[in-house]
Amino acid sequence: MSQKQLLNTTELNVTLKRLACQLVENHHTFEDTVIIGLQPRGVDLAIRLVDILEKDYQLTNLKFGKLDITFYRDDFRRSNKVLEANTTEIQFVVENKRVVFVDDVLYTGRSIRSALTAIQSFGRPSEVELLCLIDRRFSRHLPIQPDYVGKHVDVINEEKVKVNWSEDNKDNSVILIDE
Amino acid sequence: MNKMKELSVNHLLGIKYITEADIQLIFETADHFKEVINRPIKKVPSLRDVTIANLFFENSTRTRLSFELAEKRLSADVVNFSASSSSVKKGETLVDTVNNILSMKVDLVVMRHPNPGAGIFLSKNVSASIVNAGDGAHEHPTQALLDAYSIREKLGEVAGKKVVIVGDILHSRVALSNLFALQKLGAEVKVCGPLTLMPKHIEKLGVKVEPNLDKALAWCDVANMLRVQNERMEVSYFPSTREYVKQYGLNLERLQKLNKEITIMHPGPINRGVEITSDVADSNQSIILNQVENGVAIRMAVLYLLASKIKNYD
Repeated sequence: MSQKQLLNTTELNVTLKRLACQLVENHHTFEDTVIIGLQPRGVDLAIRLVDILEKDYQLTNLKFGKLDITFYRDDFRRSNKVLEANTTEIQFVVENKRVVFVDDVLYTGRSIRSALTAIQSFGRPSEVELLCLIDRRFSRHLPIQPDYVGKHVDVINEEKVKVNWSEDNKDNSVILIDE
Repeated sequence: MNKMKELSVNHLLGIKYITEADIQLIFETADHFKEVINRPIKKVPSLRDVTIANLFFENSTRTRLSFELAEKRLSADVVNFSASSSSVKKGETLVDTVNNILSMKVDLVVMRHPNPGAGIFLSKNVSASIVNAGDGAHEHPTQALLDAYSIREKLGEVAGKKVVIVGDILHSRVALSNLFALQKLGAEVKVCGPLTLMPKHIEKLGVKVEPNLDKALAWCDVANMLRVQNERMEVSYFPSTREYVKQYGLNLERLQKLNKEITIMHPGPINRGVEITSDVADSNQSIILNQVENGVAIRMAVLYLLASKIKNYD
C-alpha cells in the first residue's frame, strides 16, 4: 500500500478559505441559503466552512444541517457491505431555500443522487448546489457535477482519496492511497 | 468489541433467539427511524423493491396498523391477509397458505397466530424471512423491543433498572418477551399478579414473584401493566373484576403513597378502570402513547435490518 499527499495542511486551509469566499460571492448574506453537510465526512468539511464564514465574514444565523443518506442509497441489498446509518439533523424546512450540499470527495455521484432524493423529505428547495473538496474527475456514474471544487484529481478506480481532519486543524491533509 | 452492524438472525421469532447486540443494533437503527417519522415527509425509499405480507390469523388492530405503517414508511409493497376472510376457514394448512402467498413473490412475512411456535414452524418450512407479531401465549418480540426502547428513552438506559410486570402473566406473550428483553439488557424484573395467573416455575427464568402490588411498586422504577385478557380465559382465574381491581388495579392513590415517581407502561388496549385507572393512564408518569410512537420506529428498524439480509440481486 502506497500513499501520496495531494494537499498539506497549509494548502488545505487556503482551499477552504477560497471555497468559503466563493460561497459568499454567490450567497451574500446567506439569508435564504442552508448548508447541508452530507454524513459522515461531508459534515467535517461543512463545520470548518461554517466556522470560516462566521469568523472571516461575520455571518451569523447561518442555517447548517447534517443529512444522512443511508436509507436512500441505491445499493441497499445489493452490496455485501453493511450500510450503517448516521444521524440526520435538519431543524428547519428547506422549502424555497437555496441548498448547498457539502461533501469531501465526489466520486461516482451516487451519494449526491441519494442526497437529492433525501432532501425532498424536508421540502422543495428553490435550488441545490454542490460543493466538494476533491472532485475525482472522469469517474462519474451519473450526470452530476459540482458547483464549487477544492481540487480536481485524476485517479484510477483502485486508488482511494482520503481527507484527514485533526481536531485543532493543525494537521489536516488529503492523501491518495493505492491499495 | 467490534460494533455489530448486522443481525445475527434471519427471522425475528422471539427475543429468546436474539442477542443483546442484536437488540442494541435494533435500538440504534430505530433512533434514526424515529427522526425520519418526525420529518415533514415521513418516508424513505429503502424497501421499495421488497414485498411484505401481513398474515394475521388472530385479531389485532394496533400491531397490524403499526406494522403496516412501518412498512409503508419504508416504501415496501404490502399485502394484508386476515384469517376471518380467508381459506383457512376452508381447511387449508398454514404451510400451504403461506406458500401460496410466497408464490406471489413475497420477501418478508409478518405473522400473528394463535398457536405458540407458529412462527418457528413456518421459518423452517418456507423461504421468506418471518417476523413474529405474536404467537399465542409465547412471544411478541416487537412489543418487548418497543417497551424496552421506551424505557431507554425515558430513563436513559435499561441496564440496572427495576421493572415490574403486573397482571395476567399466564396468558401474556408480552410478559415473556419483555422478560427476555429486559434481562438481556441487564434490568431486574419482577412479576406481580394473582397466583392463579402466574405460570408454574416462572422463577426458573430468573424473576421473582411479588404477589403484593404495593410492595412491587415500592421496589420498581417502571411498572408495565398488562391487560386482563378475558378472551383467553375459559375459566375464572379470580373471583371478580372488582376484587382484581382492588388488589392489582393501579390508581392514583397507590402512586401517591410512593415517595418516588415511577414510569407507567401499558401495551394496550387498556381496560380503563380495571388494570389501570384513567387518571394514571393519562398522567405525566405514563409513557403509553410514547410506546405507540416508538412501535413504528422499532418495527421499521426490524424490517429494515431483516430486509438488508435478503439479497435478490446476486
